[in-house]
Amino acid sequence: MNCDFVLTTCPYCGCGCNFYLQVIDGKAVGVVPCKTHPVSKGTLCIKGWNAHQFVHDEKRLTKPLIKKSGRFEEVSWDEALDYTAKRMLEIKEKTGPDSFGFLSSAKCTNEENYLLMKLSRGVMGTNNVDHCARL
Amino acid sequence: MIDKVRQLVVDLLDSGRADAVLALANVHANVQPYLYKKGDSLDSLALWPKYSMGPILKSIQAAQPDMKLAVVARGCDDRALVELAKRGQIDLNNVQIIGLACTADEATECECANPYPANIDVGNKVDGVASTDLLAELKGKSYDDRLIFWKQAFDKCIKCYGCRNACPLCICEECILEDDSWVKAGEIPPPFPIFHLIRAYHLSDKCVECGECQNSCPMDIPLTSLYALIRNEFNELFDYIPGAEIDRKSPLVTSLEEDPIREETA
Ligand code: SF4
Ligand code: SF4
Ligand code: SF4
Repeated sequence: MNCDFVLTTCPYCGCGCNFYLQVIDGKAVGVVPCKTHPVSKGTLCIKGWNAHQFVHDEKRLTKPLIKKSGRFEEVSWDEALDYTAKRMLEIKEKTGPDSFGFLSSAKCTNEENYLLMKLSRGVMGTNNVDHCARL
Repeated sequence: MIDKVRQLVVDLLDSGRADAVLALANVHANVQPYLYKKGDSLDSLALWPKYSMGPILKSIQAAQPDMKLAVVARGCDDRALVELAKRGQIDLNNVQIIGLACTADEATECECANPYPANIDVGNKVDGVASTDLLAELKGKSYDDRLIFWKQAFDKCIKCYGCRNACPLCICEECILEDDSWVKAGEIPPPFPIFHLIRAYHLSDKCVECGECQNSCPMDIPLTSLYALIRNEFNELFDYIPGAEIDRKSPLVTSLEEDPIREETA
């Protein structure tokens, strides 16, 4: 029997509270606020306290989906990425870079958000980039 | 002090008297609960800041009831373990308690009246903090003024449920604080004073004065002072201290035939 405490940053907003996910035999069973973390100091809001609940949710997507003839179908990552890249280039060609808006997320790391900004500005050529924490 | 705890943990694991020991560890400069097994290095062992051991022990026993466990327990942990065992939440028969007495500084930080476990294995008993300035101030106020004080304090409540979640003795399977007829979902602050009084009343015969509720409150609401006032009244009526005697059930769950209410002397 293994009982581990895995330090992680709360995925819900940009504050950066830290807590331990209590993991028993590979399953996240609870949240223990990290008392020594300088941001949250052992406190959390209601979202952080419940952040273990979605981890093993059956409704989470495990594979990419593409809508084909009106229905979502599971596809491989290669197919999903090829399709997305092809369509994005076609749309950019036809209606211009500002046809795009990129929405990033407070649930991502700083570095992932930086990469999305690079994709938006550097690759697609639009300043239409924002994030869910402003919604 | 920490070396003595280390030695006790190693002895328990090496001799096979415990399969695992629940304690604290300092990992990458943060202190966390840790389940030590035989062969683990104990260099990381830490003692402070305390974490509440009762609920973690309960979750471990739920996953593996036959595990021989030991736990490094401070006074508040010790009381929580006793009160949890009485209420059928954990089984102490398979658990060895390494009793750790708190230092005077720790007792001051916690404003703790009883900073030591029933049996002390490590550390020395120091005097607890008998009362606090806030408690004295509150007792000096009229009921109306107390109400104003608590109304102002609880206006800040963001209903994070941290006080409930962190409390080792908040053990109801269905929490009335999530029942829409008492507490409407999606509204803050929660209804005053009922939200906080429900918890205070539910804890009147369970609160072991660990302070975890207040430590978990992001709004710095002095929760333990409210609970202390109610618990003290309860103690005066029933002469019952949560977590003190393993063989004595709470007067709230025994029948009144035992006549637990102390006789008023005329
Ligand atoms: S609440 Fe009391 S027993 Fe618990 S850690 Fe603080 S001083 Fe020690
Ligand atoms: S009410 Fe607060 S002080 Fe009392 S047992 Fe629960 S967490 Fe500890
Ligand atoms: S921890 Fe504080 S803010 Fe959160 S529900 Fe309890 S009293 Fe309210």
